[in-house]
Amino acid sequence: MSEVRDNLYYSEEHEWALPAGGQIVRIGITDYAQCQLGDIVFVELPELGSTVVGGDSVGSIESVKTVSELYTPVSGKVVRVNDTLIDAPEAVNSDPYEAGWILEVEIEGSVEEAVGKLLTPERYRAVSD
Amino acid sequence: MSLLQRTPLYPLYQKEGEPAVRCIDFGGWEMPVQFYGIQKEHDAVRKQAGLFDVSHMGEFELTGPQAGMFLQQMTTNDVNRLAPGQAQYTLMCYPDGGVVDDLLVYKLSADRFMLVVNASNIDKDFTWLKVRLPEGVTLNDRSGKTALLALQGPLAANILSRVTENDVRALSPFHFLEKAEICGCKVLLSRTGYTGEDGFEIYVDAADAPRVWQDLLAAGQSDGLIPVGLGARDTLRFEARLPLYGQELSDRISPLEAGLGIFVKLDKADFIGKEALIEQKSVGLQRKLAGIEMIDRGIPRAHYPVYANDRQIGEVTTGTQSPTLKRNLGLALLDIAHTALQTEVWVEIRGKMLKAEVVPTPFYKRVKNTDEGAKPG
Repeated sequence: MSEVRDNLYYSEEHEWALPAGGQIVRIGITDYAQCQLGDIVFVELPELGSTVVGGDSVGSIESVKTVSELYTPVSGKVVRVNDTLIDAPEAVNSDPYEAGWILEVEIEGSVEEAVGKLLTPERYRAVSD
Repeated sequence: MSLLQRTPLYPLYQKEGEPAVRCIDFGGWEMPVQFYGIQKEHDAVRKQAGLFDVSHMGEFELTGPQAGMFLQQMTTNDVNRLAPGQAQYTLMCYPDGGVVDDLLVYKLSADRFMLVVNASNIDKDFTWLKVRLPEGVTLNDRSGKTALLALQGPLAANILSRVTENDVRALSPFHFLEKAEICGCKVLLSRTGYTGEDGFEIYVDAADAPRVWQDLLAAGQSDGLIPVGLGARDTLRFEARLPLYGQELSDRISPLEAGLGIFVKLDKADFIGKEALIEQKSVGLQRKLAGIEMIDRGIPRAHYPVYANDRQIGEVTTGTQSPTLKRNLGLALLDIAHTALQTEVWVEIRGKMLKAEVVPTPFYKRVKNTDEGAKPG
């Protein structure tokens, strides 16, 4: 049984989003997703400063055998990426909600509104069951 | 309703209290891709031992006084070099030199052979052989009745010796015992494999397979033996540069292009494809399989295009991050002009051109044990 955290918002593509203060939303992939992927060996991060649109592919996550797109659940500007994943992509497996975070997006407008469009923990539990 | 075939070991994949086994459709078979995780399974085979269910592979029996001569015409390697008790890696080609399949030929006796073919090619190979059978040679598909287990890794011989009276250490590579007994079951035991490690392949009646599987796992538990899925089987064979039909080999890739020339005996009597292969060799190969390593950050994958000087020069046939070496490696079929070591090439990965270079293969070569029974010559 994979972990779904109550303080996060979720996408159907198995990303999580965390309002991280101000206009910032932190993004990663869920415990369910990392488990499905298996041993993650490579994370392709989006470019710092790039503008991303919710639902778009902004990078990729590769396990030994598979390549998966990384979608951003919210729109905005990429203001931070988790560089430690370049040398230690396995953090996405071992700690998907903390050390394995992937990017932070600065959004225009209301953070509440942006994450409000995403799945609640209850709904995501149903999706990933 | 499941349309996928399952091997006799399917009910044993999931052990209670273990992580969920992941199965995939592999050529119409519901096969385990991983039991614990590809990295862990891969490491077990390189350092201790792993047990594979590869019962989906096809086994044909070919019998008759002319069976050897027939095989000699159908395959690229020299069947006449086999004595009873020996096996050989070989290929069947089309007249144009493309590959029907790669296979193992076991010489059981002067007029009896076992052919082991790829699961996805069983029907094609059977028909290919059947329509060419000469008078007095019979071909039987034993695939449904035969299970195949592969016990691979540096500790394979130790583990196996606990469940058999046969002297498994004395068995040389590519030799086999037709009538061995393992875990109380009659098996054909051969010192072969598809991982780049020492190891054995065990052909057993489908009905006995569950017992051999369970007893072997129990016998090897203290040595770290674990079941291994097709995911790690692929990364293991890839590091050792063992070809996979459909990727490094196909009806449009010749054995010479795939770097398998030592299994093609152009000096033996006529065989299907010989003329085309001689022609290919005398004209000079236009392309060949090369190893590449990424210099830029990225992992090459099958079918990614490869470029040099803004021109496509081929494509990746298999690629991954090597679990043993942690290098981003690929095998690629490239224009021959770009296959010299250290040649710079570019791999298109998700729309970006990333730099790579040609590197030696195999990527991984094991250090041989002293007790492997390998004899000089």
